[in-house]
Amino acid sequence: MPKNARAAEIKAIGIGKSFGHFRALNDLTLDIGRGEFLALLGPSGSGKTTFLMILAGFLPPSDGRLFSDGVDITDRPAELRAAGMVFQGYALFPHMSVEANIAFPLKVRKRPAAEIRQRVAEMIARVGLKGHETKLPSQLSGGQQQRVALARALVFEPGVLLLDEPFSALDKSLRGQMQAEMKRLHQETGTTFVFVTHDQSEALALASRIAIFNHGELLQVGTPEEVYDRPANRFVAEFLGEINMLPLNNVRQENGAATGLCEDRTITVRGATDVTGDAVLAVRPEYMTIRSEAESGENGIVATTTASTYLGAATKLDLLTRQGTRLTVSVPNDVAATALRGGNSVWLTWPAERGILLAR
Amino acid sequence: MAPLLLFLAVTYLWPFLGVVKWSFTLPEPGLGQYGALITDPLVQSVFIRTLRICIVVTIASVIAAYAITVVWVRGTPAQRMAAEFCILIPFWISVLTRAFGWVALLSNRGLINTWLQGIGFISEPLALVRNEFGVIVGMTHFLVPFAVFPLASAMRNLDDRVLLAARGLGSSRTRTFWTIFVPMTASGIIGAAAIVFVFALGFFVTPAILGGGRSVMVAELVWLRIFQSPDWGLGAAISVVLVLFVGALMAVLFRYVRPRQLI
Repeated sequence: MPKNARAAEIKAIGIGKSFGHFRALNDLTLDIGRGEFLALLGPSGSGKTTFLMILAGFLPPSDGRLFSDGVDITDRPAELRAAGMVFQGYALFPHMSVEANIAFPLKVRKRPAAEIRQRVAEMIARVGLKGHETKLPSQLSGGQQQRVALARALVFEPGVLLLDEPFSALDKSLRGQMQAEMKRLHQETGTTFVFVTHDQSEALALASRIAIFNHGELLQVGTPEEVYDRPANRFVAEFLGEINMLPLNNVRQENGAATGLCEDRTITVRGATDVTGDAVLAVRPEYMTIRSEAESGENGIVATTTASTYLGAATKLDLLTRQGTRLTVSVPNDVAATALRGGNSVWLTWPAERGILLAR
Repeated sequence: MAPLLLFLAVTYLWPFLGVVKWSFTLPEPGLGQYGALITDPLVQSVFIRTLRICIVVTIASVIAAYAITVVWVRGTPAQRMAAEFCILIPFWISVLTRAFGWVALLSNRGLINTWLQGIGFISEPLALVRNEFGVIVGMTHFLVPFAVFPLASAMRNLDDRVLLAARGLGSSRTRTFWTIFVPMTASGIIGAAAIVFVFALGFFVTPAILGGGRSVMVAELVWLRIFQSPDWGLGAAISVVLVLFVGALMAVLFRYVRPRQLI
C-alpha cells in the first residue's frame, strides 16, 4: 500500500444519525487506515451516504465521535476538515472554467498565485485535461467533468478523498476506464480514499477494504476476498454476487469442521464458524462442479437441470434439488453440454472449505 | 391568445397610435416637439432625474429583494413564512394607500421624525418626503416584490451540492455566498433589475404623492403637459420616447433572459 504522510487515519466510534424518528445510521464503529481505499457498499437507504456526509462534515452525527489522526473532529465544520469530495453529478461550479474550478480550493487557502498556476497545470496534466483549461463544465463530456471533479478534490492534497457514487453517471465503457484511472490516482497520491457505491462489482474491483451497510447498520468490514468468501451473514452473502443457499440441519462442530444434514446427505463445512443447530449453507456458483457421481464422503447434492443460459465463456445452469431448492452454477460449456445430454439428474459437488455456514 | 391580442390592440395600440400622431402634428405638423425634447432644459432635467431615481431604486430593490428571497427559498419554515408575508402583503394594498402610508411615516410631523425628536436625536425634522428620497423609498417598497420572483426562480434552480462542494473544498459560508451563490444566481439578478427598472420608468402615483411636485418624473411630466399646460404635442412626444426606450430595454432583456425566468 502506498504511504503518504498527509493521508489521514480516521476512526469512527459509535456514530449514529437520526432524522426525526428515522434511524439512518446506528452505532457505527470503523477504523479507516492511512492510504486505504475503502468502499462503503450497500443498497440505497442503507446509511452509507449518510456516513460519507458525516465524514465530510456536511451532517452532524446524532451520536458518537469521529477522529482524524487522533484528533476529535466531530464538531469541526466541513470547510476546516480538508477532505476532498467528489459529488454524485460532480457539482462543478458552472460559472467557472476548468482551471478556475481546480484552482478554487487553493485560492480559498490563499496560496501564492505562482504556486496555484503550477499545481493546477500539474493536476490538469495528471487527469488528462490538457487543452480544456478554459472551457466551462457545460462544454465537457461526463468523463471529462468527472476528471475536473477529481482534480479539484485532489489539488490541495487532502488527507482523505470522499467520493459519492463517482461512476453512476457514466456509461459502461467509460466507467471501466475511470475506475482504472481512479486506482492509478490512488496509487500516485497515496491519499486515503473512501467511496460510496451500490455496485458490488465496483467495490470488489477497486477497494482494498469494503464496508457493507444495510438498514443503517454496518454489517461487515473486510478485504474483498474476506467479505466475498467469508460473509458474516445472509445479507452480505447475497448482496455480493450470486450465491446458492441450502438448508443445513442438525449442525454439529467437531475438530474445526462442522457437519450437518442436507437432503439426507451429510455435508462438511471447514472454516471459522461457530453456528450449530439448523443453519444455512451458502456456496458460490463458481465453486460448484457438476458430476455424474459423487464419491462417498464428498460434499454433494442431487439436482435436476431446469434451464441453461449460454454466456459465451461459460454456461449458466439453473437447477432444482429434490426438496425444491433452486441453485445456479456456472460451468464450462462442454461440461454443461454433457450434463444436459446425460439426462436430468446430476450431482453438484464442492470442496468443504468453500461452504459458508450462516445462521438461518 | 388571439382575443387577448385583439383586446390589447383595441385598448392600447390604437390609442397609442393616436398619441404618436399628436406628437407629430400638435401644435403644428413637423418634428418640432422632438427637437424641443433635446433642447428644453426642463425636459432634460426630468429625464436625468428619472434615470437617476430608477437606477437607485433598481439597486435598492434588487438588494432588498435578494435578502428576502434568500430567506424565502433557503430559510427555516418559520423564516419562509415571515418572508412570504413580506412579499405578499404589499401586493394586497393599493399603491395609493401605500404612498400615503409613507407620507404618514416620513413627513415632518410623521412617525419617524416625531420619534427621533422625542428621543432627542434631532432637533429639526429631517426632510424625508416631498423630495427624491421619499420617492425612492416609496418606489423601492412597491417594487421589491416584483424583484423577488425572478430571484427565487434562479435560487430554486441552484444545485445545493455545488454549495456543499465549495464548503467541502475549504470555502467559508461568506466566501461561498459571494463567489458561488451570487454568480450562479446572476440571471435572476439581471431579470429582477430589468423588471424593476422598466416598471420604475413609468411610475406616476408614487412619485406624484411622495415627490410633492418637487421631484417630477417622466410620467408626471407627461400628465402635467397634457392636463395642466396644455402642451399636448410635447406630452405626446415624451410618451413616445418613453415607450420606445422601454421597448428597446425589453428587447435587450429578452435576448439574455428567458421570459420563464421572470415569474
